[in-house]
Amino acid sequence: MDQDLYKYLLILGDNSMILGHRLSELCGHGPTLETDIALTNISLDLFGQVRSYYQYAAKIKGEESTEDSIAFLRTERQYYNCILVEQENTNFAHVIVRQFLFDAQHQLLLESLTQSQDETIAAIAQKSLKESKYHLRFSSEWVKRLGDGTEESHQKTQEAVEHLYPFAHELVTNTSIETRMNEKGIGTNLDDLKEEYYKTVIDVFEEVGLVAKDLKNRFAKGKSGQHTERLGYILGELQYMQRAYPNMQW
Amino acid sequence: MSPEIKLEDAFQARIDDEQKIEPKDWMPEKYRKTHIRQISQHAHSEIVGMLPEGNWITRAPSLKRKLGLLAKVQDEAGHGLYLYSAAETLGISRDELFDQLHTGKAKYSSIFNYPTLSWADIGAIGWLVDGAAIINQVMLTRTSYGPYARAMVRICKEESFHQRQGYEIMLTLCQGMPEQKAMAQDALNRFWWPSLMMFGPRDSDSPNTEQSVKWKIKRKTNDELRQQFVDITVPQAEYLGITIPDPDLKWNEDRGHYDFGEIDWEEFWQVVKGNGPCNKERLKARVDAWEEGAWVREAAVAYSTKIKNNEVKRTA
Repeated sequence: MDQDLYKYLLILGDNSMILGHRLSELCGHGPTLETDIALTNISLDLFGQVRSYYQYAAKIKGEESTEDSIAFLRTERQYYNCILVEQENTNFAHVIVRQFLFDAQHQLLLESLTQSQDETIAAIAQKSLKESKYHLRFSSEWVKRLGDGTEESHQKTQEAVEHLYPFAHELVTNTSIETRMNEKGIGTNLDDLKEEYYKTVIDVFEEVGLVAKDLKNRFAKGKSGQHTERLGYILGELQYMQRAYPNMQW
Repeated sequence: MSPEIKLEDAFQARIDDEQKIEPKDWMPEKYRKTHIRQISQHAHSEIVGMLPEGNWITRAPSLKRKLGLLAKVQDEAGHGLYLYSAAETLGISRDELFDQLHTGKAKYSSIFNYPTLSWADIGAIGWLVDGAAIINQVMLTRTSYGPYARAMVRICKEESFHQRQGYEIMLTLCQGMPEQKAMAQDALNRFWWPSLMMFGPRDSDSPNTEQSVKWKIKRKTNDELRQQFVDITVPQAEYLGITIPDPDLKWNEDRGHYDFGEIDWEEFWQVVKGNGPCNKERLKARVDAWEEGAWVREAAVAYSTKIKNNEVKRTA
């Protein structure tokens, strides 16, 4: 099996999986019906992408691997999502800032992956790109609403930026696998996205007076399988049925 | 004859003639109030109904099931939106309706006060609860109030998809391993009677039915609808190979219907009065979402006001 390609697919899919999970926790609890529906939509899009990546990964891995064995039967150290997406739904400002920091990178990444030499990855990127443009529009508009809404919303959003922004650099920092996949013409060189990513993010923040200090959390190594304690609890819920009732059809 | 009585007669004549009543038409105050009560109760049921099923989204057993469930719960939020809009045509705001829900003044379907304890409950809710809802809602597509009838047409299409999805979950469980089938049986045991209760009190104890039938808000009585549900559902349970928990259930050749046992009306009224297994937590979840979201809604209003003011300044 092509170990690098398999892991690369997990890096791509796991971000959508864990962020989709975090958003799905909110279903039925949103501040308005409209935002509830919109966040669930984003979650649905992300899980749709997860299925495409994992189905492909299962094909690469072979044996008896399926999209579900990949989604539900790995341990903490075998998930490669960025630390940002496992952060909690502390409040709506955290949800929106987390989403915005992710979407701004996701759109650039997908644009680049549409040119991948790997046809399956290029096709998944093409399909997901439309969705991610909508996600970015939604989250950036909400960053502005909250950042420039009331004093309270500004303060809560500033606090979310301070907590979450230090994790953003992981989204645009290559791991050795990403570097190798780029050399093969399959993956994206994240260095190429950096400038535009930070510009997108900082422009929106500055428009509404949000301050992002140039801090980088040095422990943000999710793409190497080193997570926060939160991931274990996510997996506890996510995997409950598959672990309690192994080898069954649902 | 007073002008009011003349208007009422003309109104009843339109209903008898199967014409739809529209928001700007004259209507008796009681007709308006009854509709606000019924439509908002229905809207609240959609929104509160998101909670018991939402309880299994993060634990769904496969990616396909997770997507199906998430989409279903999202549809319910959408149904809530159409229904609140239909209620708003009668001169009440969504905020007022939420307030009635949060203060306990408005009711929602009691079925959502029962807990979802296993994955099979998601199948059972789709099969039985959506199945019971459809029977009621198909009737409501012909109800006399136009906006409500039209909302129902759209909702019914989605509900029947949900019902099939729920039945398919049950079928997969019943064709699976013994512990899966046991899970399905246990869900049926717990959801059967509460599903029958969804049709409301017996006709003899339902004071609103007569007027509702006259105004063509309802076209069948609670007992008629309940019988229809039992007749449809029994063969479906037989096909699954699980047993409906009612020793009195049997086919009655003379009536051409299934006879069934007596509902525990004491339980029914207790749950209606707020003493069901999850009433308090369901209401608390809604109130918390509303209160915790207050600053978000305020921010959105403040921001849109700023944008509008800036536009006015620019064009001035």
